[in-house]
Order: sequence, then structure tokens, then C-alpha cells
Amino acid sequence: MSIVWKRTLRILLYVLLIALALLYLVPVYVVLVTSLKTNSAVSLSQMWELPHGLSFSSILSAWAQLGPNFGNSFELAIPATLISAVIGALNGYALSKWKFRGSSVIFFLILFGMFIPYQSVLIPLLKVLDAIGLYNTIGGLILVHVVYGLPIVTLIFRNYFAAIPYDLVEAGRIDGTGYWGVFTYIFLPLSIPGFVVAGIWQFTQIWNNFLFAVSLTNPPNQPVTVALVNIAGSQTVQWNVQMASALLVSIPTLIVYILLGKYFVRGLLAGSVKG
Amino acid sequence: MQAGAPRKHRFSWDTFSAVATLIPTLLVLGVFVYGFIGWSVYVSLTNWNSLIPSNTFVGLQNYLDILQTYRFQSDLRNIVVFTVFFIVGCLVVGLFLALLLDQKIRAEGFFRSLFIFPMAISFVSTGVVWAWILNPNTGVNLILKSFGMKHLPEWFLSTVIIPNFGLGQIDVGIPLALLAVVIAAVWQMSGFAMAVYLSGLRGISDEIKEAARIDGAGAWRLFFAITLPQLRGTTTTIIIILTAASLKIFGLIYAMTGSGQEFVTDMPSMNMFQTTFQGNEFAQGAAIAIILLLLLASFIIPYLVSTLRRGDEA
Amino acid sequence: MKRSRIIAAGAAALIALTATVPALAATAPKGELQIFSWWTGVSSSKALQSLINIYEHEYHAKVINEAVAGGAGSNAKAVLASRMEAGNPPGTFQVHGGNGSLLSWVQANDMVPLNSLYKQEGWYKVFPKSLLNLITFKGKIYGVPVDMQRGNVLWYNPQIFHKYHLTAPKTFAEFFHDAAILKKHGITPLALANHGNWEATLLYCDVLLGTVGPEKYEDLMTGKMSWNTPGVKSAAATFTKMMSYTNSDFSALHWSQADQMVAQGKAAMNVMGDWAQGYFTTDLHLKPGSGFGWAPTPQTKGSFAAVTDVFGLPAKLKDNTPTLNFLKVLGSEKGQDTFNPLKGTFSPRLDANPAKYDAYSRQAMQSYKKDKLVLIIGQGGANPGFTNAFSNAMEIFVTNHNIPNFVSAIQSAAQSNPLS
Repeated sequence: MSIVWKRTLRILLYVLLIALALLYLVPVYVVLVTSLKTNSAVSLSQMWELPHGLSFSSILSAWAQLGPNFGNSFELAIPATLISAVIGALNGYALSKWKFRGSSVIFFLILFGMFIPYQSVLIPLLKVLDAIGLYNTIGGLILVHVVYGLPIVTLIFRNYFAAIPYDLVEAGRIDGTGYWGVFTYIFLPLSIPGFVVAGIWQFTQIWNNFLFAVSLTNPPNQPVTVALVNIAGSQTVQWNVQMASALLVSIPTLIVYILLGKYFVRGLLAGSVKG
Repeated sequence: MQAGAPRKHRFSWDTFSAVATLIPTLLVLGVFVYGFIGWSVYVSLTNWNSLIPSNTFVGLQNYLDILQTYRFQSDLRNIVVFTVFFIVGCLVVGLFLALLLDQKIRAEGFFRSLFIFPMAISFVSTGVVWAWILNPNTGVNLILKSFGMKHLPEWFLSTVIIPNFGLGQIDVGIPLALLAVVIAAVWQMSGFAMAVYLSGLRGISDEIKEAARIDGAGAWRLFFAITLPQLRGTTTTIIIILTAASLKIFGLIYAMTGSGQEFVTDMPSMNMFQTTFQGNEFAQGAAIAIILLLLLASFIIPYLVSTLRRGDEA
Repeated sequence: MKRSRIIAAGAAALIALTATVPALAATAPKGELQIFSWWTGVSSSKALQSLINIYEHEYHAKVINEAVAGGAGSNAKAVLASRMEAGNPPGTFQVHGGNGSLLSWVQANDMVPLNSLYKQEGWYKVFPKSLLNLITFKGKIYGVPVDMQRGNVLWYNPQIFHKYHLTAPKTFAEFFHDAAILKKHGITPLALANHGNWEATLLYCDVLLGTVGPEKYEDLMTGKMSWNTPGVKSAAATFTKMMSYTNSDFSALHWSQADQMVAQGKAAMNVMGDWAQGYFTTDLHLKPGSGFGWAPTPQTKGSFAAVTDVFGLPAKLKDNTPTLNFLKVLGSEKGQDTFNPLKGTFSPRLDANPAKYDAYSRQAMQSYKKDKLVLIIGQGGANPGFTNAFSNAMEIFVTNHNIPNFVSAIQSAAQSNPLS
């Protein structure tokens, strides 16, 4: 391939990426311009237009209503994401590299848990949490999100670890380490992309979850999504405040994406096989 | 397949550790998943169809009732159509984006965060925004019109169903309105598919690719002979997770279109929610949940068995 | 090997942590009154807060305001139903007066009668008999009404009506006459929003009320009359004809967007409850009369479709006193005349002070006192099972206009969920 041809391909690649990025940003654009308008200026026929003069009142108003609940969401999403990711990594390791009689059945039983329709189990869920004294606590929400997150996180790690050659386990055993040693020294360092994916999923799900938040906690223990939906779902909807709220609430998740994204490291596995 | 196989029968501390690792998970899922499914099955067999709890056993009556409604028949059609288009859409778009980002490009982090960002925004607002964008009178159609397009799509307001043959009480086919919803859902979730694919791509060792390249494989051959087979496990992960997400899709459609005219965009989850909590028909709501689970099991079990058997260590 | 054991211990500790973390979390404060509602909007939450302030001041007590939003209270209803079924009721909760959820809660023995409170506070004389009838079951009163809204109002754009020399239609014939003129001039005669699907149900109820009159309408709603009557069918036919004068994107719009069409002059009329008035004045800054006009929906003059929010006393509370004290504030003249002007509704008390209300509300108050009160499906008018089935039938009828199917669907809904 000539250098000119290669150059052209690179340029085309960037053009394509930028075009796709713009396409992805169209709805975000609508959210943004709506959030900067005054409520009476929001109307379907002018949805594409830029606001006449900036109005930050909706963002301030959104912040005033959401602010107190942000802390609860952090208290919920960070521990719940970490705990479920760690347990999921351990499960995935056991299920992919230490198969025993019946481990496929166990994998399936765990996996099936992700399909349970949450709306249909609210009543027993409330009863169980009440019985163990965790109704209306962030701790109770953490427990629920960890439990219902386990199937997906286990799946992510199991399939991720399954792609890692078994030779690595053997190598570890020859070095004299057992089950836990192989996990800590060989698999944990390799599992970073798995943690990135699991972390992105879990944090997003937990941070944005509304159903459990509204059913299992009361003010002032409610996460920020309840405040968000309360803004959104009133009798007269203030579209501008709703859009501004949605943007504000999405910022921590975006930060998580940016931070975790840094660990999409190339060639992790290649290096370790050599070493 | 020999990967996990050695020492299957002899007792070892390592196997013991593996089993012990899984016990806490099994215990909590035993209560929060299987216990609750058991509860739902029990409720679905009673006539608890008002705010007055009832233990009267009515057999499969609730199932028969629900299966005979126009709404639930529409839901079954819609969930199948939606899931297929949604998953294919996310897989294709996600893989395409991941491949583009894997070309050692500048500002990878920027593009990557941008493509996942939709997932971070609450459905409550994205649903509304997509309803505006795809409103045939005001949204993207204004732009299409300015390009001189004559027959503008009706988007989610369309009641057309293709190919449309009658079965039960409903018309079976692909409701065009659902495709508009699929666009919104793919926009929101394809970033996640991209992230998983990216992690999968980064897991393929460069040596294998290099070896193939030395053997004279071109870019296409490399992709189909090496990359794609290596991503099989990754694809399974995405399909399963997105199937679960698809079955539970609620917030986005609720905010965007609601049930739609003649239930063209209704979903079993919405039906279940309204039956249970608007209509207070708890037993019928539970029956919907159980039918959904059974349907799912009938799809997922064969798929899982085949992938497990094929051996995903490749 | 040693290291691996340490790691094993660490992993075990982590698993143990999942069990202990919850224990560290805060527990719910005791002895505070939980007030459950779907009032999260700007004006309604302000109004609720004003009531809470009075209560907290007078009784030196604390309230937890548990407002949960969601399409016509759907999220709120889900949370409430789950809590009640799990045996964990809030101190008091919002419910529409009428034979809807309120009656269902009463039938499930989840409510305590309030007759002695009514006697003690002298409320038997303060609220009109017609209203008390809506919250009395087998001689026992189960709620305190805090506000009153009207569900049969036709809103119109006065500039458009003036321009084409039209007056607000009093009959269906006049409505269709006006609609034909408006359509000829390229104006959508009737704006319709049906994103939540309760809006079309409201419109149909108003058409039915105008078609059969309030007495027969009440007979239908209370199960004294079969839904398989000519009136139900001819109302469905009128409704279908009205649909030909509406905007086509109705299923994409929220109710306020239909009123926005009227305000912007894109459409001439809209049928909506009088919560629309709050949207016109507060959100769009329009003046009653010059900015927007109103009239009873065609042929419903003399009827008042009552949509009222009531609060009651749940059974199984540990302590009834805080709830009873709050209900006293809620039903008092001071409480109601503070609450309602803020919310854009009016007080259902006969001695409410008209000076506190705007032009529209004063006029609505007049009608409320002399008109016959009726109920609307989806706004507390009928039991939840019937309402859900009706709404499912409407979701189909609003598009396919198949009258026989629609009527037979309502009929079977009434059979499996008896209205009497």
C-alpha cells in the first residue's frame, strides 16, 4: 500500500468518526438547548432553535431540587459497584477456570437471575428488606443492587476469563500457588478490562435506577433519580428544568466513563503470556 | 474444552475453594430470585385481582385470561420484534465503533466517552427528546423535508405492520413504529456494546494477528478468520445482557411513546406494571411475569447449552 | 502459600463486608408523619409545603414529605400498593375521591372511618352533601377532601374565536359547525394530547356526559345501567367524529402540549380538566379571559365532573394522632384557603373565601355549589380493574374507531369488574 493511500484511509477514518460523533450528539444537542431555554420558550415547533439569550435559571432550579440527593447516590453507587464487581470477578474465576461437576448448572442458575422482572417482585422485596431491618436505608439499596447485579457481572467475568488460556493456571500451579494465588497474581492483574466493563455497566444501572430507589427508600434517604423523576413527572412538566436535571445527573456517570475508559489498555494479555 | 477439566473427580482444596466462592451468591439469589419467582408463581395461581389479597386457588385461569387479550398478544409480537432489531442493531453498531476506535487513533478517549455517554442520561429525558426528534410534524422530518423528500416517515406514530397477517386477535408482523423506538434504544445502548467489544479486542493477542499477517492474510481475512471468532465469547456476553435489558425496557418507551396507538409500541413490562399497579390485578400481573420468564428460558437455555458445549475457551 | 492464605482471608472478609455494610446505614426516624402524594410539580409541591408548615407549626411535629411523581400518579400508586401490601402504610396518602382506588382501599379494610372527626370538626355542614356522597361508603366517611378540580372544561383561544365570529359551542351541533369553519381556515379545531391515554378517556367521558345527561351517566358509572345502551354508542360516534378534527400526532403529546397549541393559535380548542388553567397562567403567563377562554364541554352545563384529592386514615398505624391532627389542618378553612390558591385549585368548603381565588376559580366555585357532581373514569370515578380495562379499550378505539368492539370491550370490563 502506498503512503498516499494509507493517508487517505486515515483521513477517511477520522471523517467517519467525526460524522458519527455528530450524529450521536443530536439528541444531546436537543437536551442541552432545551435546558437553556425559559419554560415558556420550550415548544415542539422550535425544538431545533438555539435559545434567545442564555437562561441558566433552569439549571439553578434543577440543582436546588437535586442537590440534597446527590450524596445518597454516591453512597449507594460506589460501594454497590465495587462490591458486585469483586464478587462477580471471583465467581467468574471459579466458573471459568475451576469447573467442577455441576458448575455449568450453577452458572445458569446465577445467570437466569438477571431476567427477573423487577416490577413483579416489589412486594416480597419490600417485605424481606423490612424483615431484616434494611427498608428505607441506603444499605438496603446497596444489598439489592449487589444481588441483582451479580448475574451480569458474573457473566462478564466468566466470559472474559474464559478467553484467557488455561496454561496460565498451570503455570501458576507449577510455581506452587493454589486457587487464591492464581487469582491474585495472575488473573486479577489481567482482569482490568473486565472490571472496566463491569464497572461501567453497574455504575450506570445503579446510578440511574429509579424503581428500587423509589420503592425501597423514603426522603431524605432517596437517591438522586427519585428527585429527577419528581421533576420530570409532575402534572405540568417544566421541560427545561427536566432536561437540565437529566444533564446534571448524568455528569458523575460521564466522569466514571472517562476515568474507567483510561484502562482500556492494549495488549495486557500479550505481555503476560510472554512474561 | 479440556481447559477446566483436569481433576474433576478427586477432592481438592482448589475445587472446594471454587465451590465456596459461589455459595454466598447462590444463597442470596436463592432468596431474591428463586424465592421471589416462587412467590410470583403462587400469586399467579390465585384470584388476587383487587386490593383485597386472596388465596383462592384458580389454577391457570389468569394465564388463560391474559393470553386472550389483544394487548398481551401485541406485547408478545412487539417484544420479539424489538429484541431482535435492538440486539442486532447494538451488535453491528457497537462492533463497528469498536473497530474504528481500535485503529490506534488520536483522541480515542474522547470518542469512546462520547459514544457511551447516551447510556448515562436518564431514560426519562432521552425518551422525551426522541419523541420530539421523531415527531413527524416537528422533528427530523423538517430536515428531511428541506432536502426535498416527499414521503416522510410517520416514525413512532405509524400504525403500519409489515407483512401483516392475522393471528389470534392481532396483526402479526413488524410494526414500523417499533423501529423508531429501536433507533432510540440503539442510540442509547450501542455504546455499551462498543465498550465490551473494545475490551474483547484488546484481549486478542497481537502475536496471533501478527502470525496471520505473516502468513499473508489481508485485512478482511484477518477480521473474519481471527478477530471475529476471538470475539465469540464477547458477543455472547453482549447478547445475554442486552436481552435482559430489552425484556425490561420500560423507562425509555414509557417516556417516548407509551403503549402507542393500538399497542404498537407496548411491552410486556408496561402491561405488567399497569395491570398490577393501575388495575390492582396482582395475580394477572404475576402471570405476565411468569410467562415472560418461561419464554425467556425457552430461548436462553438452548442458546447457553450450545455455547457452553461448543467451548468458549477459544 | 502463606500469601495465598492471607488473600483467602481477605476475600472472605470482603464477602462478609457485603453483609455488614448495610448495617452501617441510617435507620428511618420514628414518630414522624409520612405524607404520601404525587404532588411534585412546582405549584402543587409549594401548596403541600404550605399545609405541612401549618401542621408543623400548630402541633410542633415533623413531617416526611413523600411525594412521588409519575404519569397520573402511576409510580406513586405502585409504591403505595407495595407498601400497603407489605404492611407498611404511610401516615396518610393522596387518593381521588370517588369509587376508584378509595373505595378499593375501603373494601380491603385498609381505611379507618372518620365520622367522629367530621362531627368533632363540624365538617358535615361545611362540605356539600353531594361531595360527601362521593367519599361515603355504607354510611361511613373515609377521607377529607382538600381541593376541587373540574374535569369537563372546554378551553379555547379567544383571538381565534373572535376572528371567525364564533362563540364557545354549547351543543355538539355547534361544536361541529365551529370545527368545520376552523378547519377550512387551516386551524386544528380540537387539540388532543393522548400520551398518557387518560386524556382520550377524559374526553370520551365528557362526550358521554353531554350525550346521556348526568342522571343516566351516573347510572352507568354506578353499575345501575348496562353499558350496552344507545347513548354509549352514540357518544362513541360523536367522539369518532371529533377525532377527525384533531391533530394527528396526539399520541405523541403530553396534555400541556395540546394546551400550548391552543395558546399559540395553532389549534382552537382543547378539552381538559381545569389543571390546564394553572398551565395557562403560571407557565404561559396568560390572563384568564383575554389569553384563554373556557366553557363547560358541549351539553354538560349544569354538571360538574369532580376531580378531588382526599386524604384518609390508613388502618394498621401505630399511632393515629399525628394523622388525625394533619387531617384537621387539611380540612380547615385556613388550611384549604392557603393550599388551594397556591395549587391553582379551589377549596371544596362551602365557606371558602372567593376573594382568595382568581376569575376562573371563582366561576368554577359557583358551578360546583349548584351543579350536579359526577365522576370521571381514570380520575377516581371507577374501580381500578374497570379503569385499566377501559383504558386498554380506548388505546385501540382512539385509532381504529370500531364502535361495536369498543362497546363490547367496556361491557365485558364492567362484567368482570362490577361497578356497583
